Amino acid sequence: MLKIGKLPIVILAVFIIIFPWIARLIPAIANYTDIMVFAGIYCLITIGLSLLMGYAGQISVGHAAFYGIGAYVSAILTARFGLNPWGCMFVGILVSAGIALLVGAPSLKLRGHYLAMATLAFGIIIYIVFNQETQWTGGPDGMAGIPGLSIFGFDLDSVEKYFYLVWGFVLAAFIFSVNVVQSGAGRALRAIHSSESAASAMGVNVSKFKVMVFVYSAVLASLAGSLYAHYMNFVNPATFDLFFSIKLLIMLALGGMYTLWGAVIGAGIFTFLSYEWLHYFKEFEVFVYGAILLVVVIFLPQGLAGVPGMIKGWLGRPKSNE
Amino acid sequence: MNDTGNENVLEVDGVVMAFGGLMALFKPNFKVKKGIIKAIVGPNGAGKTTLFNVITGFFHPTAGTVRFKGQPISGLKAHEIAHRGISRTFQTVELFGNMSVLENIMLGCHTRVRTSFVAAGFCLPGARRKEAQIQERAMKILKFIGLSEKCNDPAGSLPLGEQKILEIGRALASEPELVCLDEPAAGLNETETYVASSLIRAINAKGITVLLVEHNMKVVMNISDEIVVLNYGQKIAEGPPEEIRNNPKVIEAYLGGGV
Repeated sequence: MLKIGKLPIVILAVFIIIFPWIARLIPAIANYTDIMVFAGIYCLITIGLSLLMGYAGQISVGHAAFYGIGAYVSAILTARFGLNPWGCMFVGILVSAGIALLVGAPSLKLRGHYLAMATLAFGIIIYIVFNQETQWTGGPDGMAGIPGLSIFGFDLDSVEKYFYLVWGFVLAAFIFSVNVVQSGAGRALRAIHSSESAASAMGVNVSKFKVMVFVYSAVLASLAGSLYAHYMNFVNPATFDLFFSIKLLIMLALGGMYTLWGAVIGAGIFTFLSYEWLHYFKEFEVFVYGAILLVVVIFLPQGLAGVPGMIKGWLGRPKSNE
Repeated sequence: MNDTGNENVLEVDGVVMAFGGLMALFKPNFKVKKGIIKAIVGPNGAGKTTLFNVITGFFHPTAGTVRFKGQPISGLKAHEIAHRGISRTFQTVELFGNMSVLENIMLGCHTRVRTSFVAAGFCLPGARRKEAQIQERAMKILKFIGLSEKCNDPAGSLPLGEQKILEIGRALASEPELVCLDEPAAGLNETETYVASSLIRAINAKGITVLLVEHNMKVVMNISDEIVVLNYGQKIAEGPPEEIRNNPKVIEAYLGGGV
C-alpha cells in the first residue's frame, strides 16, 4: 500500500482551487468545470468503494442504489415538502446508513461473496421501487423542481460555486479516508482482506469492521446522490440503474482500487471519457468501456495509480542486476 | 518441569465436537498449568487442530466447556477470546501477505489499543502517538524474533521458516497469557526447526504458557513439559515426555496394533 503524504493532498487542494480559473481562461475547456462537478460526485462514491473493495476486499455491485436513495430522499423531501435541503441531505445519509446496516449485517457475517449477491439484488429492487412508486418518485419520468443549494443565504447558483462545494466534500472525504487507512482501523481492514481467520485470531472484530466500512461507503454514496439531485434539479431512475453500479466498478478498476488516489483518478478520467471524449463512439460506447476494463485488468492490475510503481520497477530492475 | 504454580490457565472439560455423524472430539479432558509448555500429539485426524479451533473460538463445541483462568470461554467468538488473552498461529501459515512484516506485528497489537473507525477518520488527538507506540512495540518484538532487518519486506515474500517465526511473533504482539501454536515446525528444515524451538523456549521463559500441536517428535520431546496424546478425538495418554515415550497405548496408536 502506498503511503499518502500531506504534500499530494495540498497539491490536490490547490488544483481544486485553481481549476475553474484555468477552465475559464481556455475556451476549449470552458465546460470542463461542469464535468468536474460530476467527476467530484462520482469521486465521493469511489472513495468509499475503494475502502470497501480495495482495502477490506468486500465487493458491492449495488452502490447505485445508495446514490439513488440519497438523491430521492433529497428530491422528495425538498420538492414535495419544502424542507431544508441540508437537513434532507442528512436524513438521506441516515436512511442510507440504516439500509446499509440492514443489507450488510447479515451478508457480511458470512465469508465469501455474499455481499456482492445481496447488493446486486438490493440494487435491482431499489431501481424497481424508483420506477414503480410513481406518487412519490414520479416513476420513469422522474421528478423536477428540486431546489438548488445555498449556504447561509449565499446561493450556490453557478457551476463554479457548486464545483467548490462538491470538491470541498471530496477533499473532506478523502482526508477522512486517508486517516482511516493509515490507522489501526485501516490495518484491520487490510488484514480482513488477506485472512479473516488470522484477523479474528488477532482480536479484530471482523464482521463489525466489514459492516462499518460498508455503511461508510453507503453514506458517501448517499451524500453524492443528494449533491447530484440539487445540482441537476431533476432526478429519474435511469441514473441509478445497475449499469451505473458497474460503471463505478470500472472507475475503480481504471484508477486502481488499492489506493485512494486510484479512486480519485479513476472517477475523474472515467467522467471525462463518458461525458466528453467517448461521444464519438455513440452507441458503441459500451464496447469501449468493456475494452478499457479488459486492458486495465490484464495489463494494469493495480490501475493507473499503480503505473508509477510499475515504471519504478522497470527502471530499478536492470540496475539491481548490474 | 515447572510444578511450582498449580494454577491452571486452561481447562478442557468434557468437550464434544461433532460434525454431523463424525465425532472429531470426544471428551479429551485435560488441564494446562500456568507457565508450562504442553504439547498435543496424535496421528493424523486425531482432532488436534479441531481442539485448537474449539479453544480459540473458531468452532463452538457441541457439548462441554473450555475454561480460561477459571472463566468459561467456549461460545465466545474468536476475537473475544483473543481479547481475553489467548493467541494462536495456524497450521498453514495465515500471514497478511499483502502487508509488511512490521505491519503484521502491528496488527497483532490490535487487542492492546482501542481502534475506532470514526476516531481514526477525524484523526483525534493521540491517534498518531498511539501509532508510534505500537510501532515501537512491534519493532521490539521483531528484534526478539530476529526479523527486525526485514521489517519493510512484504510478509508474503519471506521464506517459509521466517513466515512461521513471524506468525509466532504476531501471536506474541497481543501480549497473550496462553499461545497456541499449530505445528510450528511443519515444513521447516533442521536449522529452521532449531530456531523455532529456541524461540518457543524463549517465549516460555517470559512466563507465557505454550500449548502446541506438533508432529516433529524430536521437537515435542525436547521442549515440552507435558504431553497429551489424542487418538480419534479421545485422550489416550497424558504425562511428561519420558512417560509418554514408553506408553504402550501411544505406541499402538502410532504404529498400529500387534507391535
